[in-house]
Amino acid sequence: MTFALFGVVSVSHYLVVGAILFTCGVVCMALKRNAVGVLMGIELVLNGANVNFVAFGSEYLAGDGRSVLGLDGEVMALFVILLAAAEAAVALAITLNFYNNHATVDVDRADDLHG
Amino acid sequence: MNHEALSVLASLFPFLDWHGFFFLLFAGVACVAAVMVVLSDNVVRMALHLVLSLGATAGLFFLAGAEFVGAMQLMIYVGGTLVLLVFGVMLTAQTQLVALRTPAGDRVIAGILAAALLAVLVQAAFSIDSWQKAGQGVATAPTATPLGMALVGVRVDQVADENLVRPKSGYLLPFEIVSVHLLVVLVGAAYLARAKRRRVPRPVDLVASADSVKPGSPVAASSTLVAGGSE
Repeated sequence: MTFALFGVVSVSHYLVVGAILFTCGVVCMALKRNAVGVLMGIELVLNGANVNFVAFGSEYLAGDGRSVLGLDGEVMALFVILLAAAEAAVALAITLNFYNNHATVDVDRADDLHG
Repeated sequence: MNHEALSVLASLFPFLDWHGFFFLLFAGVACVAAVMVVLSDNVVRMALHLVLSLGATAGLFFLAGAEFVGAMQLMIYVGGTLVLLVFGVMLTAQTQLVALRTPAGDRVIAGILAAALLAVLVQAAFSIDSWQKAGQGVATAPTATPLGMALVGVRVDQVADENLVRPKSGYLLPFEIVSVHLLVVLVGAAYLARAKRRRVPRPVDLVASADSVKPGSPVAASSTLVAGGSE
């Protein structure tokens, strides 16, 4: 592992950043009681996956000048961004519906289906 | 000239690699802001830190040579999705809901699990030798044109590759599927979030309208009042 200030950045550095973003997103999803906070965790997870896709698709970062994914990585990252936007729209609509019916966004209170 | 300015900077700080410097800057901002999203209880601060984290990630994309993805990250994610989330925060912002606290025991368990997950992922990130080789740093051609051509089904980046027997197909079908998916999702979101008008008021609404709500007010508003009062 070369320190990034004194060498050129490698794919592994990007993977570490993606891992940190992913872990923060998972913790955010599991821990937040606000439904909008859970949505933000999902955004972080998708963003961490996007960092990995771009890192594997980048020729600039490839050690042997030939990237693993090539253009496919960037296309996948674009699709992930689009699907994240769609997911945010639907999940926010569900959250607003829940808020209109229960006057709260606490996900612990969403237990109507217990019967 | 920009290049001369860069060379002057490089002569001033010969030990600094500017690609590495900006990588550390953007990666640090992205990771610290993501951690702050997890640690803060206030949902408005979470949204602000999420904007910082996603914007710094767009900088990482620019550094990796994926300038079109970085621009789309800024326009769609930061400019669109996060505005949507901020609207969600504003529409559901009651004083007792802005800062919902998580129990301390849950935080400890989540911290232990997050450390374990992070250890596994970082170990995996450094497990392959070819991933650790420092990048060549070759200036790559802009990827916006190959991306656009790939989305309409032509892989211009694969045409010149003589190793392929036949060029890989493009992304026309996934592009169409995603576009129809986006349309369906937006229609569904509008359907889910529309203002509903109840034809038959519930018994609690009748009771509430009998004692507190003045006549003539809409039924939906009275039901919101009752639900807010009964919590």
